[in-house]
This record gives sequence, C-alpha cells and structure tokens, in this order.
Amino acid sequence: MRIDKDLVAASATPLVLGILTEGDLYGYAILKRVSELSGGGMQWTDGMLYPLLHRLERLGYVSSLWGTSEAGRRRKHYAITPAGRDALADRQEQWSVVASALRQVWQTAQQPPATAAGWA
Amino acid sequence: MMEPHAELEAQIEQWRGYVQRRQAISAADIDELEDHLRGQIADRQATGLDDEEAFLVAIKRLGNLDAVSREFAREHSDRLWKQLVLVPESSDDGGAPPWRELAVVLAFAVGAGIAVKAGLAWLDDGAAQARNLGLLVFPFLAGYFVWTRRLTPRVAAMLLVPFAALAVVVNVYPFASGGSTELLAILHAPIALWLLAGVAYAGGRWRSDSRRMDFARFTGELAIYYTLLALGGAVLVGLTFAALQVVGVDLEPILAEWILPFAMPGALIVAAWLVEAKQNVVENIAPVLTRVFTPLTVIMLLTLLGVFAAAGGLTDVNRDLLILMDAILVLVLCLLLYSISARDPLAPPRLPDALQLVLVVAALAVDAVMLTAMLTRIAEFGFSPNKVAALGLNLLLLVHLVRAAWLALGFLRRRRAFAQLERWQTRYLPVYGAWAAIVVVIFPPLFGFV
Repeated sequence: MRIDKDLVAASATPLVLGILTEGDLYGYAILKRVSELSGGGMQWTDGMLYPLLHRLERLGYVSSLWGTSEAGRRRKHYAITPAGRDALADRQEQWSVVASALRQVWQTAQQPPATAAGWA
Repeated sequence: MMEPHAELEAQIEQWRGYVQRRQAISAADIDELEDHLRGQIADRQATGLDDEEAFLVAIKRLGNLDAVSREFAREHSDRLWKQLVLVPESSDDGGAPPWRELAVVLAFAVGAGIAVKAGLAWLDDGAAQARNLGLLVFPFLAGYFVWTRRLTPRVAAMLLVPFAALAVVVNVYPFASGGSTELLAILHAPIALWLLAGVAYAGGRWRSDSRRMDFARFTGELAIYYTLLALGGAVLVGLTFAALQVVGVDLEPILAEWILPFAMPGALIVAAWLVEAKQNVVENIAPVLTRVFTPLTVIMLLTLLGVFAAAGGLTDVNRDLLILMDAILVLVLCLLLYSISARDPLAPPRLPDALQLVLVVAALAVDAVMLTAMLTRIAEFGFSPNKVAALGLNLLLLVHLVRAAWLALGFLRRRRAFAQLERWQTRYLPVYGAWAAIVVVIFPPLFGFV
C-alpha cells in the first residue's frame, strides 16, 4: 500500500522527531527506522529527508554533529533538542485529536454501510 | 577486495561531480548524501544485488536530483547568492593569520594615498602633477602583486627598469608648457604603466596567453569595482558634506586637500584586492554587461554611420569628434575582449557570436570613416603630434578589428577554433602598451616638445 504523499509530508516532522527521541541517529538510519515502523508502507524519497533535517536544525528542534562511520567516512548524526521535544509534544497532541476524530468517523462510517452506498 | 568495487567507486565519484554542480547543495550536504547512498548500496548488496544494481537502486531511491535540489534550495535560499568571504573564518592550513592580508592591503592603500598627497604637495605645477600621478600610484599596485604572488627579484627588476625609465623621461623632458606632446604623455603614460602592472599581475609570466586574458578580465572587473567604490564614496561624502553645511562647517577644502588624494588611489588598491578575493566566488560582471551592451552598441554605431553618411563625409570635422570616436572604438574593443574572455572556447557558434561579428564590422566601418577624415585633415593641415597619435591609434585598432573580424567569420563558418580568436586578442594587447610607450618617449623629442 502506498501512502499519499501529502500524508507522508504532514507526518514526516513528528516521525523524525519521535525516532530521534529513541537516540541519536544519522540520516540513513532514520529512514530505515521509518520503513520498519510503517512495515515498509511509508516510502520516502530518500533525498528529501535531508532538507527536512536541515530545516528542523534551523528551527532548533535537532542538533547535528559530524562523526565517522564504521567505514571511517564522515557521517552526520542528529540529536533531538529540548525545543524539539516540546515541538514533538505539541505535534503529538495535534495528531491525537486528528486520530481520535478519524477513529470516530471510521466507526460511524462502518455501521450504516447502506447510506454510504446510496450516495455513491 | 578493493579491486572488484573500483567501478562502483568510480560511479559514486561521477555522481558526486554531478551533484556538485547544484548550487543549493553544499559540499557537506554531498558528504551526507554520499554516506546515505553508501548505506543504501551496502544494504542492497546484502540482499544479493551486485554493485551496479545496488548503485542504481540507491540512486533511484535518493530521488530526482532536480526535485531534491529544489528542496535544498527552498531550505537554503541564501546559497543561491554566492557569499564573498573576505576574511576567512579560520585558516586550517596554518598559513598567515586571516587579518594579515587585509592589513597589508590597507597599508598599500594608505601608502598610495601618502605618495599622491606628497606628490601633490611637492610638485606645484599642475601639469607635472598630472604627468606623475600614475607613477605615484603604480609602485603600490605593483607592490601588492609582488607581495601576493611572491615575485622573484628578477621579475621585480623587470618592473622597476621600465618604471624608472618612464619616470625619468616624464620628468626630465623639457615639455613646452601646455603643449600637445605633454598632454599626450599625460594620457599615454598610465596606459604603459597599466600594461606594466599586467606583467606584475601575471607574476612575470606575461607571455602566457591565459595569464594575459586573466589580466584583461581583472581590468574589467577592477573598473567596475572601482566605479562602485567611487559611487559609494561619493554618496558618503555628499551626505557628510550636506550635514556639515547645515551646521555651518565647510568640508570643501578638506575634500580637495585630503580626502580625494587619499581616497582615489586607495580605492584602486582596495578594488584590486576585492577583484582578487572574489575571483572564484562571484560571477564576473564585465561579461554580463557586454551581453547587454553589445546589441546596443551595434545600434549606436549604425546610427553614427547613418548620420555621417547623411552629412556627406567628415571633411570638416573638428578634433573633439575624432577623440570621441576613438573613445567609442576603444569601448567596442573592450566589449569584444570581455565577451571573448567569458566565452567557453569549446562551445559551438551561436547568435551572440554573430552579433559580435556585426559589432566588429560596424566598428570597422566607423574606423574607416575616421581614418579617411583624419588623412584628409593631415593632407590639408600637415602633421601634428595629436594627429599622428590619433592616426597611430586608429591604425592599431584597424589591424586589431580586421583580424578579429576575419577570425570571427572563420569561427562562425566553423572553419576555425574559437581559441584562435581568443589568442589574437591576447597576443595583440602588448602592441597598445608599446604604442603608448612610443607616444610618451619618442613623440616629445620628435616634435620638439611642443
């Protein structure tokens, strides 16, 4: 199943921030974690992650540090900042409201399928 | 173990080169993206793909480079404006401290100001001041090049001997007061000095065509930067002037006595330094301006030709018009030189090249009209230093333009390489310096210093 790209874009920031609360990570590892969490359902265009990370860094939600990979190459690690945690908490609340509203809609939509069919 | 992956490494290197061309993606970003690419490739290889397949999948997943680059540009829009960093933040190479260059440049600039001020104070004759102005500034500009390029004493001597010769000639010759040979010397000495400064700029390798072209580029950029500095300075001085006038203080004596003698030569040195500092960072402006002005100049030349034709020749023109027309032809030459200096020699001929040929041909027509008028004048009134100097310059321009037109035509017909046209320009430059030296050194005795 492919997730709609607007939905991916909207959920990208909380997802990245949430993943970083588990610990510091570099770009490719963040992307792998997204893939794991969504069961492979959320496929990002890999290159788009980096402008997003840079934006979060500019906003002060994450900080970055150059380190080295196992192969001895330069690798940039990202860590969430206190401001990032606040932003994440805020997003979490917003998403909870959206999710709970959607859940109720799904329930009412499932109960009388006949009316829904009548509209179509 | 390394050998089997050589091709993969080459592919990654090629990809890096490709991404590097995107202005919005910085070198550090490319490192980051490369790390990502390698992570993806390693995971694909672990699932059994070979190098090439893994590379292709990883590239595909990285996404369309245009779109990614656009995202980077949205986040880092400042990067699209190249930043000129005059004082580097840190010098990792353990070289000179970053402020040293600035300090040296300012010292040269102040030195040039002091030299001009002292010259103006000691030489009370206005014409003597004018003759020496270039000589007073030159050592500091050349000194700056000698310092930045760590020139050998041999090169420094190569600069010093002609400089000293020129200084002696200009000051020892018994010029008749207000005579035309003196005026010609005043006009031509700076040209000879400027090409001498070119030798310093080229670090003594003045025979190299590419160094000569660099000097041509440098000259154009310097003129623009100097103009910008002068405009900024004029605004600043004007505002101060006006503000002080309101409170009843007159700045004018200080302006003429102190500010201008220091600001004008100082700005030249600072402009030279700015052009050197920005060399690789900021796009050259002179070639951009030539793009705009080449078609406009064609229109101007054609209008002039039309007016001359309507007036039925130029037999009774005065000297001012001839001088103005010489200035126009020199301008055309500069346009030609700068559009050539910025062109990729390997690109095929395009519309701007044809337009350039039209420009050169129009200039040739104007030059021919001028030469006819000049020869008529000489036949009528005989030789004078001014006429011979103007005739000489026009002949030099004629040779330059004819050959340039011929080579440009050959290039447009794809018979010749663009490099030939380029080389002709740089080879011909010293001729102007030699002519200027002749006018300064040989004309005065030849015409009895009148």
